[in-house]
Amino acid sequence: MKIAVLTKAIPSYESSIRVDSSGKWIDESVVNYVVNESDSYALEEALQIKESIGNESEVVVVTLGSEANTSKVIKDGLAKGADRGIFINNKSSTTDPLTIAKLFSEHLKSENFDIVFSGLQSDDMGAGQTGVLIGEMLNMSTATLAIETQAESNKIKVKRELESGWFQWVTLPLPASISIQSGINEPRYPSLKGIMGAKRKELNICDASPENQSQNFVNLYVPKNEKVTEKIEGDVDTVVSKIMDVLKNKLKVI
Amino acid sequence: MILVVLENQRGNIHPFSIEAVAAGQRFASELNCDLAILCMGEKVDELKNQAQAFKASKLITAKNSMIDMYSADGYSKVLSDIINELSPKYVLMGHSYMVRDFLPRVSAKLNIPFVSDIISVDFNNGSPLYSKQVFNAKLATSIELSSDQALLSFQSAAFSSDDIENGAPETELEFDVQLSDQDIRSESEPEFQESSSGVDLTAAELIVSVGRGIESEDNLPTMQSLADSMGAEVASSRPVVDMGWLPAYRQVGSSGQVVSPKLYFSVGISGAIQHVVGMKGSKNILAINKDEDAPIFEIADYAVVGDLMEIVPKLTEEINKSK
Repeated sequence: MKIAVLTKAIPSYESSIRVDSSGKWIDESVVNYVVNESDSYALEEALQIKESIGNESEVVVVTLGSEANTSKVIKDGLAKGADRGIFINNKSSTTDPLTIAKLFSEHLKSENFDIVFSGLQSDDMGAGQTGVLIGEMLNMSTATLAIETQAESNKIKVKRELESGWFQWVTLPLPASISIQSGINEPRYPSLKGIMGAKRKELNICDASPENQSQNFVNLYVPKNEKVTEKIEGDVDTVVSKIMDVLKNKLKVI
Repeated sequence: MILVVLENQRGNIHPFSIEAVAAGQRFASELNCDLAILCMGEKVDELKNQAQAFKASKLITAKNSMIDMYSADGYSKVLSDIINELSPKYVLMGHSYMVRDFLPRVSAKLNIPFVSDIISVDFNNGSPLYSKQVFNAKLATSIELSSDQALLSFQSAAFSSDDIENGAPETELEFDVQLSDQDIRSESEPEFQESSSGVDLTAAELIVSVGRGIESEDNLPTMQSLADSMGAEVASSRPVVDMGWLPAYRQVGSSGQVVSPKLYFSVGISGAIQHVVGMKGSKNILAINKDEDAPIFEIADYAVVGDLMEIVPKLTEEINKSK
């Protein structure tokens, strides 16, 4: 079983996110890049499948971006147990999902992966499309928001999360591209041995030449707080009677 | 032409699809073109009957037993064929889990860009700009498209179902669906609920949502009583679910449900961004929190700084008395 895990470097939650002088991108110099949360779950799922199926399996971490931001992400994947890495070096800040998926597909095509795992969405752009787009481009079957998987030699059964507490089992023939929901497993930490061994693992670096994007950022801005907030203050009785007035007379919900 | 695709949610038009109809009517009037509404897949007739109420140029049905049950393979093939045949300028849907599952496939098949999870549209004299939240909602962006056609999905509350113009479709069209066994590779099993008491928070008009600030599982009944007094659903932020106080299907936020009720009554929730993305589309937000710097107050219409365990029981009593 040959499994690719798509992984992305994104700004950590704690990072300060500032618009740069172009007005179209962020100031990357003040940002700390980390592995996108759901991608960590995707990697763990791949490693568990490899461990349950046996040693003829291979897990490959694949990332796209600039070297400065993504090198940590590849190292993290290799240290946790991925067998090798593919780094698609893209110097431009490509944000168009179709363009990104074409770059991935171009470099994944000849690998003939049985399974492509990705996180359900990146916490920076949040388009949630890459894994599905690649699946279609590489003529794979697809499923999203997996919260359980059962892989066999020629198929994979996936429990999909639907809205509002509903679920569905879908069985896909391989090859398949599947996006993984956070919480599906407990991602491991890299061991010291893993960290040391990562340096000797194979890393293919390929250059990306993105075509023109069809979706372009006109600008990037801090959302305005357009709300007028009414403060409700006083002792408990006053507060309660003021809330009653809001519920009854202003919102008419009681 | 603008094409709105309706989603069937267990017998009814998905609430996000109804908002997409509102979006479609607005697009059609701003861009001065026809609006077609498409019912496809499971139980098309149910969907069609409900869609008769919307003013539109055309109501299209795509019926075939092979898409009786949803599959990404089937839906993406059928919708791609319809787009090829009718060449709509924009294809509009709500940003539901089903749309995330199959609409990128259509985008890749047809090489038409898909702008997902749009929060608002600036029609900009005929060359629309689409706003989206990025970087975990810390920033927003406006996106312009260089393509002639696009697929668009809208976050809940981007358009309001209150703005829908009722009427009837001027014409109807039955699309001749071409599918073969090879087109559908996956096998879908029927949808099921993990717990029989799962609730659709997205459809709730009133929500009382509790956070870490309620401090103990023992305080949940007090919060439940408040919800009951108003006929509201109980929801929560992620920590409450992680601690096992409430089941996961009650969770609102980026990893839970996205809601836009008439009133979101927030109790003891600080307002971390992962939560806020799930509820900021609410028509009204009332928040109680003891920390006056809690970020929830930035998006609240009504801010109450105080002790929730003093306020909530008294409020519940007053509401019950007023009935």
